Amino acid sequence: MNIPRETLLSLYHDMLRTRRVEESIESLYHEDQMKTPIHLYIGQEAIAAGVCAHLRDDDPIFTTYRSHGQYLSKGGDLNSMIAELHCKETGCSKGRGGSMHLIDLSAGHYGSSAIVGGCLPIATGMAFAKKAQGSDAVTVTFFGDGATEEGIFYESVNYAMLKKLPVVFVLENNEWAVCSHVSTRKIGENLFHGADPEHLYTAKVDGNAVLDVYEEAGRAFAHARSGKGPAFLECMTYRIRGHAGSGSDADLGYRSPEDIEVWAKRCPIRSFRAWLLREEVETPIELERMDAQIETEIENAFAFATASPLPKGEDLLLHIYGE
Amino acid sequence: MPEVRELEWLRESKPSERMLGYPQAICEALDQALALDPRVFVMGQGVDDPGGMFGTTKGLHNTHGAARCFDTPLAEASMTGVAIGAALGGMRPVYMHNRSDFLFLTLDQLVNHASKWHYMFAGAVSVPIVVWACIGRGWGSGAQHSQALQGTMMQYPGLKVVMPSTAYDAKGLMLAAIADNNPVLILEHRHNFKYKGAVPEKVYTVPIGKGVVRRAGSDVTIAGISNMVNEALLAAKDLAAIGIDAEVVDLRSLRPLDETLVLESLRKTGRLVVTDSGWKTGGVAAEVAAIAAEKGLEFLKAPVRRVTCPDVPTPSGYTLEQAFYAAKDDIIEAVRTIVPPRR
Ligand SMILES: Cc1ncc(C[n+]2csc(CCOP(=O)(O)OP(=O)(O)O)c2C)c(N)n1
Repeated sequence: MNIPRETLLSLYHDMLRTRRVEESIESLYHEDQMKTPIHLYIGQEAIAAGVCAHLRDDDPIFTTYRSHGQYLSKGGDLNSMIAELHCKETGCSKGRGGSMHLIDLSAGHYGSSAIVGGCLPIATGMAFAKKAQGSDAVTVTFFGDGATEEGIFYESVNYAMLKKLPVVFVLENNEWAVCSHVSTRKIGENLFHGADPEHLYTAKVDGNAVLDVYEEAGRAFAHARSGKGPAFLECMTYRIRGHAGSGSDADLGYRSPEDIEVWAKRCPIRSFRAWLLREEVETPIELERMDAQIETEIENAFAFATASPLPKGEDLLLHIYGE
Repeated sequence: MPEVRELEWLRESKPSERMLGYPQAICEALDQALALDPRVFVMGQGVDDPGGMFGTTKGLHNTHGAARCFDTPLAEASMTGVAIGAALGGMRPVYMHNRSDFLFLTLDQLVNHASKWHYMFAGAVSVPIVVWACIGRGWGSGAQHSQALQGTMMQYPGLKVVMPSTAYDAKGLMLAAIADNNPVLILEHRHNFKYKGAVPEKVYTVPIGKGVVRRAGSDVTIAGISNMVNEALLAAKDLAAIGIDAEVVDLRSLRPLDETLVLESLRKTGRLVVTDSGWKTGGVAAEVAAIAAEKGLEFLKAPVRRVTCPDVPTPSGYTLEQAFYAAKDDIIEAVRTIVPPRR
């Protein structure tokens, strides 16, 4: 595949930026200024970057509580996100949402649900609206392996197939749902991989290989955008950190530290960096410069969040109903 | 537009007024909304059946096309989510259920999502969906096909809940719900469907969150909802014959609830009977009684009485149904326990 240099660098930038943001959150979490549960995306960055690289601002996405990467790769505002993690009035949800409820309409991010599987039908409905309005926008929803066990997954994909809706279901199979391994929750391949390709475009991809994700996602979007109906993309990856909170949970004993090691070595960013250098897409100096720029941007975002006001108690009853 | 203050089907209609059946009034509202606003669509199991959901959607798919009035898979949870997503995408969905019992399958989407999306994102988005569900009281429908769920459903901030009692309101509240930028649940009682009422042909709305006094009186306030307003009006008529002058308040909306109207009426009469077709515990009647106790104690000359269905699942058998449903006579009996005899 012939991917423009600009795109390659932007894929790298997105992944690196998400990783650095997560690392910063992680390093500061113990200070207890972010009083909201965090679900880190470390190790899964290639999926958000590879998928979102195909999206226009008017392509809506819906995400989960583990959505820092998707929010950022879709173009969500970093300052608003970090402020939201501090539950500040300047946050994207004005401190009403916290880390699990991010939104940025200008980037087409329509919100994230803390209910497993909750956004599957909502994304389907958004695709329904876009189709009814004659738009060629494609709606995307990201979800974990746990969500595929919810009945609403079946219902949503069924409806998308029935009505040929332009929605792409992106499953991030990171093997774990809290402390429960996927093999204890379901047997065999996801049933939708056996769907008639006429009704559902399906693909399974190495979720730690950003170019593979990019390429497969591209096919899925081409399918959906051309009016052929929905697509289902399963990205195989691994949750490096604990389910929630910061730091490694290798000592908890529910999974093998060796597995975590193996997957940490398959870091999507490190391998892509090596590839970019090997293929002479960019020089090490420029990549370092990119990293430094990101660090500055993140420092500024934390400074912005820290300086921002908290919502006032007297505003408790705002935003229950719209005008 | 003057409010209809009496039990419509007992009232002499003026020749100038058009009388319309209750389901037809709903159908007219949907028809007008579909004609006026290209964003509106109607979905639900059987909305394009020959019968058209008791007549409330009859023929809409012919008039407005199958893309705007359509049947759904038997997937209440996801279809509620589809309505939410479509609303976020700029549409105005109306999702109809012929039995309110099926709402339980939709609660994750309706309560966890539709009712929270505006708040969780601090007003960045709104979810203008209408969910309409009918309490299927009828011929032995039983425990899973005739539950009155308003007590459960009125609890959620972010969700509006209305229950019309007249054909006029059924049309006006449907149009108001479609125009509202929030999720609105309309709970209908199937018993209302047999009535006709004066319904203007023009497009109008009835305000959500405003109750109405259906009959002015001075001795006791009977506050009710949906079909129980009709029972209250029948009771008031009989009570008048024994010298008791009852004021009948139709709450109309359960969230927001028109507290002011209830308290104003209570200030006048000093006595309160609340009547609802749902259960007693933790329901509509309990809530209104709590408001009276909290904010109207100084007006109360007697204890508040609740006339509801007893705390038992709906039975199917005819004789048990008779014992289960509250009606006019139960209201009269309750009133007589708190109003001293007049004659
Ligand atoms: C409906 C529902 N059930 C249970 C939970 C509790 N819960 C939160 S996250 C989670 C694990 C979900 O795993 P997965 O879908 O694989 O996503 P991941 O956390 O790995 O990104 C569970 C069980 C929930 N939030 N919602």
